[in-house]
Amino acid sequence: MPRAASAYRKLFQAGFRSQSTYKLAMLAGLSTNTIFGFIRYSILTAAQATATGAFAGYTQGSISAYVWISQGLLGSVPMHANGAEISDRIRSGDVAIDIARPLDLQGATVVTDLGKSAYAFLPRGLPSVLIGALVVGLAMPTSPLGYALGLVSVALGIGTACALRFAVCLLGFWLIETRGFRNLYMVLATFLAGLYLPVPLFPDWLQTIANATPFPTMLQTPIDVISGRTADGAAVSAIAVQACWLLFCVALGRFMLVRGRRRLEVQGG
Amino acid sequence: MASAVQAFAPYRVILASRLRAQAAYRGSFVADLFGSLCVAATEFAELWALFHNIDSLGGLDWHAMLMVFGIGEFAFSVADLLVGHLDTIPTYIRAGTLEAFYLRPLSLLGQLITSEIGLRRLTRMGVAVAAATYGFAANDIDWGPDVVAMLLLTLVMGVALFSGVFVWAAGAQFFLVNGSEFTNAITYGGSYASKQPSSIFPNPLRVFFTFVVPVAFVAYLPTLWILGLPGPEFLPSWLAWFSPVAVAVVWSVAWLLWRVGTRHYQGGGG
Repeated sequence: MPRAASAYRKLFQAGFRSQSTYKLAMLAGLSTNTIFGFIRYSILTAAQATATGAFAGYTQGSISAYVWISQGLLGSVPMHANGAEISDRIRSGDVAIDIARPLDLQGATVVTDLGKSAYAFLPRGLPSVLIGALVVGLAMPTSPLGYALGLVSVALGIGTACALRFAVCLLGFWLIETRGFRNLYMVLATFLAGLYLPVPLFPDWLQTIANATPFPTMLQTPIDVISGRTADGAAVSAIAVQACWLLFCVALGRFMLVRGRRRLEVQGG
Repeated sequence: MASAVQAFAPYRVILASRLRAQAAYRGSFVADLFGSLCVAATEFAELWALFHNIDSLGGLDWHAMLMVFGIGEFAFSVADLLVGHLDTIPTYIRAGTLEAFYLRPLSLLGQLITSEIGLRRLTRMGVAVAAATYGFAANDIDWGPDVVAMLLLTLVMGVALFSGVFVWAAGAQFFLVNGSEFTNAITYGGSYASKQPSSIFPNPLRVFFTFVVPVAFVAYLPTLWILGLPGPEFLPSWLAWFSPVAVAVVWSVAWLLWRVGTRHYQGGGG
């Protein structure tokens, strides 16, 4: 068991380093992130100013905190299944070698993704939040407990996204071409997670649909907890909901891996 | 005339082969069409859900916003269909396969543009046309020759502008390599900005999207002019007639960047 733990630690570090090597790529991502942040900031603050209703309780400050924290989390919360090595390996059949390895395929893939996410915080997450703080000032938790809960919530959100991303990639066991499906996953996931519009601003029936999926727990919940919109007892129960979705997504990935492995046929000798 | 037709003949053959290639894998093509439909439908849903909370955004009501959304989405999706695949250049550069294009006796840009035609974007265009049509029908528009002229000018210039921006981004790739994502800020960021009323932007951003990456000319200014609405600071609606100037500037920059970039390229060796 300690040896497996050390292997996972090394994979986490490898995921981290695979991103830190390409500094220019990170800078490029940050610039795109910032432009989109400013456009979204313009849209949502303009909408808040002329809102006909309560705008779900958002103020100019809290809606801009929402925009900049979500832009900051975007690099770390993979709500897409593009560029995943595992997809290519399933397609080429190389996944048979991965399955034969003494490490669990699900664990290894998800841990590597977590390493990438952890790195993305430094060049993408922090600068985005800093820009937000400088431009408009952000609403943040007032107590140390708030920050602690916020960090737990962000970690659970990232974990859920990585676990579900793995499950989506495994569809390659059943489908030959997954590009159309992956595009569909990306747009649905980001929309229902509240990337373009916070979930509380959805029409009621759409909120119900969104909350029946794991997507809001990847982005909306962490933002709510870390910005202090959801605090104390409410934050603890939000985190419990997140933990349930994380377990669900891990179990789904596990189930699909077991079934997919049975379908896998590899030619060669 | 005959020589011009002859010059384009190789491109026509390449394009025809690409069209056949896409039709060959019917299942995956249908999935792509559906995926692209969902992208556009989701963008539309965002706007619709936002208007659940507001009556107007930046001085435009729902029907006027449909025009902005529809025209902007149309211009971008047509440009994306025609030249959007230029964003695969970083892959060619990194893999060192761009040299093969240099060796052929055809223009590099011409080959890359005709190397694919993204038919899957047709569904996205469909959503755009539907939104714009509804927007035009729902608004009280005083249809005359000038409005028709403005509409035609807008559609042609919008497509030309985004196509220029794609070439601009492609030219920059020769210098960026690993930083290929830099240009997404102006291509996809530009597309996103073109579908918003510029009046909501803080001044620096408004200047950026009017004079640097002039996407305000794509949908917002023409919509203001057609509806007879006044523009915000720096943006009187008659500016809409100057979209050819914006396109000329974008294409000049695109041409320059492409020229410098292709001269700068040294190849991957091998």
